[in-house]
Amino acid sequence: MTTDAVHPPPAPSPEERPDRPALRAGRGATHRGDRVFRGLSRGSGITLLVVMAAIAAFLSWRAAIAIQADEGNFLTTFEWDANADPPVFGIAVLVFGTAVSSVLAMLLAVPVAVGIALFISHYAPRRVAAALGYVVDLLAAVPSIVYGLWGALFLVPHLSGLYEWFEQFLGWTGVFGYAGGAPRSLFTVGILLAIMILPIVTNVSREVFRQAPAAHQEAALALGATRWEVIRMSVLPFGRSGVISASMLGLGRALGETMAVATVLSPSFVLQASLLDPGGGTFAQNIAAGFKEAGTMGRDALIASGLVLFLITLLVNGAARLIIARRKEYSGAAA
Amino acid sequence: MSDMAKRIDVSGLTAFYSGFRAIDDISMTVEPRSVTAFIGPSGCGKSTFLRTLNRMHEVTPGGRVEGKVMLDDENLYGSEIDPVAVRRTVGMVFQRPNPFPTMSVYENVAAGLRLNGGHRKAALDDVVERSLRGANLWEEVKDRLHKPGSGLSGGQQQRLCIARAIAVEPQVLLMDEPCSALDPISTLAIEDLIEELKSAYTIVIVTHNMQQAARVSDRTAFFNLAAVGEPGKLIEIDETERIFSNPSVQATEDYISGRFG
Repeated sequence: MTTDAVHPPPAPSPEERPDRPALRAGRGATHRGDRVFRGLSRGSGITLLVVMAAIAAFLSWRAAIAIQADEGNFLTTFEWDANADPPVFGIAVLVFGTAVSSVLAMLLAVPVAVGIALFISHYAPRRVAAALGYVVDLLAAVPSIVYGLWGALFLVPHLSGLYEWFEQFLGWTGVFGYAGGAPRSLFTVGILLAIMILPIVTNVSREVFRQAPAAHQEAALALGATRWEVIRMSVLPFGRSGVISASMLGLGRALGETMAVATVLSPSFVLQASLLDPGGGTFAQNIAAGFKEAGTMGRDALIASGLVLFLITLLVNGAARLIIARRKEYSGAAA
Repeated sequence: MSDMAKRIDVSGLTAFYSGFRAIDDISMTVEPRSVTAFIGPSGCGKSTFLRTLNRMHEVTPGGRVEGKVMLDDENLYGSEIDPVAVRRTVGMVFQRPNPFPTMSVYENVAAGLRLNGGHRKAALDDVVERSLRGANLWEEVKDRLHKPGSGLSGGQQQRLCIARAIAVEPQVLLMDEPCSALDPISTLAIEDLIEELKSAYTIVIVTHNMQQAARVSDRTAFFNLAAVGEPGKLIEIDETERIFSNPSVQATEDYISGRFG
């Protein structure tokens, strides 16, 4: 190997290069474009914060009025009679119904979504994967009222057989008790919500799995891992935080889903053990059902419940971030 | 550990990427308990050829292989052969260190053993320590076995990958430019390690660095391609000393003396 030292040409002095602008621009340290853009972006940021703060302040104010007027206990009363004089209402049933239906939706949807995502990203032949991905995207584009109608007209009549089976073998638990009749219940809502959040959980998980580094998958392969073992060793650990984020996105949608729930559920303000029998309610469904006929006080009460839903969503997201951050040093991002 | 190394006998091996013929009709013998280096210009197919030796080539979409690779008396491309089993027998170390980022140092080394399952904790501890010692890494990581493997330096990570590969006691160790992402001191550590490992393993190393080939290998194979888009071919394989002092093919001499490539 010959090593010919390459000498760079000598740098021209500034006098020889009159076309170059001098280092000192002579018009202040920053350029006008920078200043304008900085001002614009800062202004937009501030505007957003001000608008958010104004909305929050308005809603908190109306909610505070309603909660002060409430003759019952806002947190523990099993009743929603906000238009009465004096108004009596509480969110206990809504908290229960929202939590049960959303968590049920997550439990049903996430394993299936992860399975579909892995099939698309690692098992299916390319053409099948593309077609399947397209179908999943289509599912995401269906309006929720359509899901609601399908739930009410198809799902509800077809689930009673399954629920009778539940009642027969698990009825002793109470949770799976079923008295018969159209099951416009929280469990049905949970199943419907699971189908509705399936696309978003699947899509986000699929994207994360696709980005799993080839280097780590090859490392696993070279150790003699089967395809499933490759996925277990390198794809799933890499995708873990992404799947959590995807689940939280899905949970957020399930918590706030309105029309589909309102169409399927037969609401009632009682707290019952059985999830299969009609009854219960969720925050969003209760607002949708009650807002039109509500008076001023009724609206304020619904706003108060909406704020609670907002807080719950915040808490869920915070918890998800904590889970993701806890094992950050082991995350694939460090590699 | 003495009887693990095996002879590799390749005959008429051709590898494709979909329609593209990447390497053409390669035959060679790789001796056990020795280091064989593959050198040649970029795109000459030496890495592709390396990956056919543990059936990793076919993992690439469109990857396809024709020909025979005999490991002692077993054809790796025989119809009854399970590629997963082949990769347990023929270990591989990659160009860029690729420890599993979600695993600790210990878990990385134990990863291959866990695949086979049924290892007791004490036995696993033994293998992890033996493998890390074998990779000259034990002293540096023994106090941080349960810290993430990705927290080590690049050179340490590559030695961790070597420890991971030898933990499953392969018979052959393939190395695809194992030092190309490392600094000179880490490179030296890996080269010393290769020298030690060859007493137990059959080692094949792809390298872009001819000095490295000259330093670490017993035999050297020179690959070349006629033009871009043409398949890579084996030009010659011989004792390293001979390849670097008096090769029998002019192209080899041209490449080694830096006239091209």
